[in-house]
Amino acid sequence: MEKVLQLLVEGESLNTKQMAQVLNYSEEEVEGHLDELKKKNILLGWRPVFNPSSEIDEIVRAVIEVKLKPERGGGFDKLAERISRFDEVESCYLMSGGYDLQVVVKGKQLRAVAAFVSERLATIDGVLSTSTHFLLRAYKEQGFLLPGLVGDSEKPKVSP
Amino acid sequence: MNTAETKTSFVADHVRDMPRSGIRDFFELVQSADDVISLGIGEPDFVTPWHIREAAIYALEKGKTSYTSNLGLLKLRKSVSKYIAKHFEVEYSSDDEILIAVGVSEALDIALRATVNPGDKVMYHEPCYVSYHPSVLMTHGIGVRVPTSEEDNFALNPKRLWENWEPGVKVLMLNFPTNPTGGTVTHEQLLEIARFAQEKDILVISDEIYSELTFEGGHTSIASLPGMRDRTILLHGCSKAFAMTGFRIGFACASPELTEAMMKVHQYSMLCAPILSQEAAIEALENGTEAVERMKEQYHRRRDLVVRRLNEAGLKCHLPKGTFYAFPSIKSTGLDSKDFSYKLFESKRVAAVPGNAFGQSGEGFIRCSYSTSYENLILATDLIESFVQEL
Repeated sequence: MEKVLQLLVEGESLNTKQMAQVLNYSEEEVEGHLDELKKKNILLGWRPVFNPSSEIDEIVRAVIEVKLKPERGGGFDKLAERISRFDEVESCYLMSGGYDLQVVVKGKQLRAVAAFVSERLATIDGVLSTSTHFLLRAYKEQGFLLPGLVGDSEKPKVSP
Repeated sequence: MNTAETKTSFVADHVRDMPRSGIRDFFELVQSADDVISLGIGEPDFVTPWHIREAAIYALEKGKTSYTSNLGLLKLRKSVSKYIAKHFEVEYSSDDEILIAVGVSEALDIALRATVNPGDKVMYHEPCYVSYHPSVLMTHGIGVRVPTSEEDNFALNPKRLWENWEPGVKVLMLNFPTNPTGGTVTHEQLLEIARFAQEKDILVISDEIYSELTFEGGHTSIASLPGMRDRTILLHGCSKAFAMTGFRIGFACASPELTEAMMKVHQYSMLCAPILSQEAAIEALENGTEAVERMKEQYHRRRDLVVRRLNEAGLKCHLPKGTFYAFPSIKSTGLDSKDFSYKLFESKRVAAVPGNAFGQSGEGFIRCSYSTSYENLILATDLIESFVQEL
């Protein structure tokens, strides 16, 4: 794996200067590698991970199971792309199993999410049915355990 | 006789005369302070991988709360046998050649107690782990130091063995890769060391706890060399590679006669290693290799960063080929190890253990553990650099 990419995968949040120091590159070189990763669509972007139960991220999320009628020629792709373009849609995956798409939708209030589903999503030609599940509580968010699940360390600061 | 004298007189002579670990004073100073950036930690900063912790929980749920056989769970000994055969290329029978101990610390202690008579001499290379010499003293043996040096990248130069040998040497203790230097030995050097042991008819106790964390050259166990298996006690464990220090699991692998002797000491002192830890160790050895590789890659990158930055800071640092320690020389500053560490801590709040805590051959060096985040390492080495410049 490319070195800059590997460092990103490890998950420690480092700025360009710090990455340059770890890898013994110049900052420009690191920037170059990052640009390359973006150009190749490997790195899509940067985004902080918020605690879903914090005030800053007071947002309602729902997972929606969507059944589709596949189109001749396009399969599920055209419909999935169309659904993905809505700002309310955080992620959208084609699934195996009992339904076709798993769509994660976010909104400021429960009502807004419900309205999005009933007025926007369910009314699209080709959407056969939807089943909405609201998220109640997070225990792990994108690889991060939420506070309370991580114990305090009593590790000595110096040991042999 | 006053009370203080009475109390002292109860303490055995050899314990009274044993020096206090050089790390303890420093520990007390650092532990009491806040906002410390510590390069003093002798254990992985990673938490034990969850699948291993989960195995211990499962064992607890299943009511596994009893003693085990003195040698340890047979299932674990089988896992150890398989693991050692695969990674160290030497075969030990799970029936009577493997003993599960409470960490390599206990394994080392029982290996010495099972083999050293009062007055026997035990050679060990130095700088070395803090318990080596005291463990010899507790058996009423006599320690014979063999210094390793920066010029040899802290490998054990076989010439030094011949030079320092004395009549009465029974045991040679090895620890490669070495805590605190990160030194390793080459295959050729190991062959020379093996020849020395055979010629002088010496038992080798080889502590290979850091073997998985060898970055260059691969790890060879001395037990795998021709003629060495039955004159070696191979010590290994889960602490470092699997980030399981708190589980306290070590293994001693040796011929049935030596295993039986160690078992006697273990049986009457420790009885057995905790069963939950043994269950966790089975999971580690059977399914933990991927996590080990992941951690090793990260240590490798951290090492490159720290060694480069220490050299840039003006502290000459050899390239440690294993462990998670760098061992830079501070001789250019004119300070001794203790002064350097204490002053660095006082002025920059960076903690690094003085090299002489690992024996007198460590004087002129400090141990910098890179078992911490990149961010801390960058910050700590920047602070060391400005500390050196301000001297």
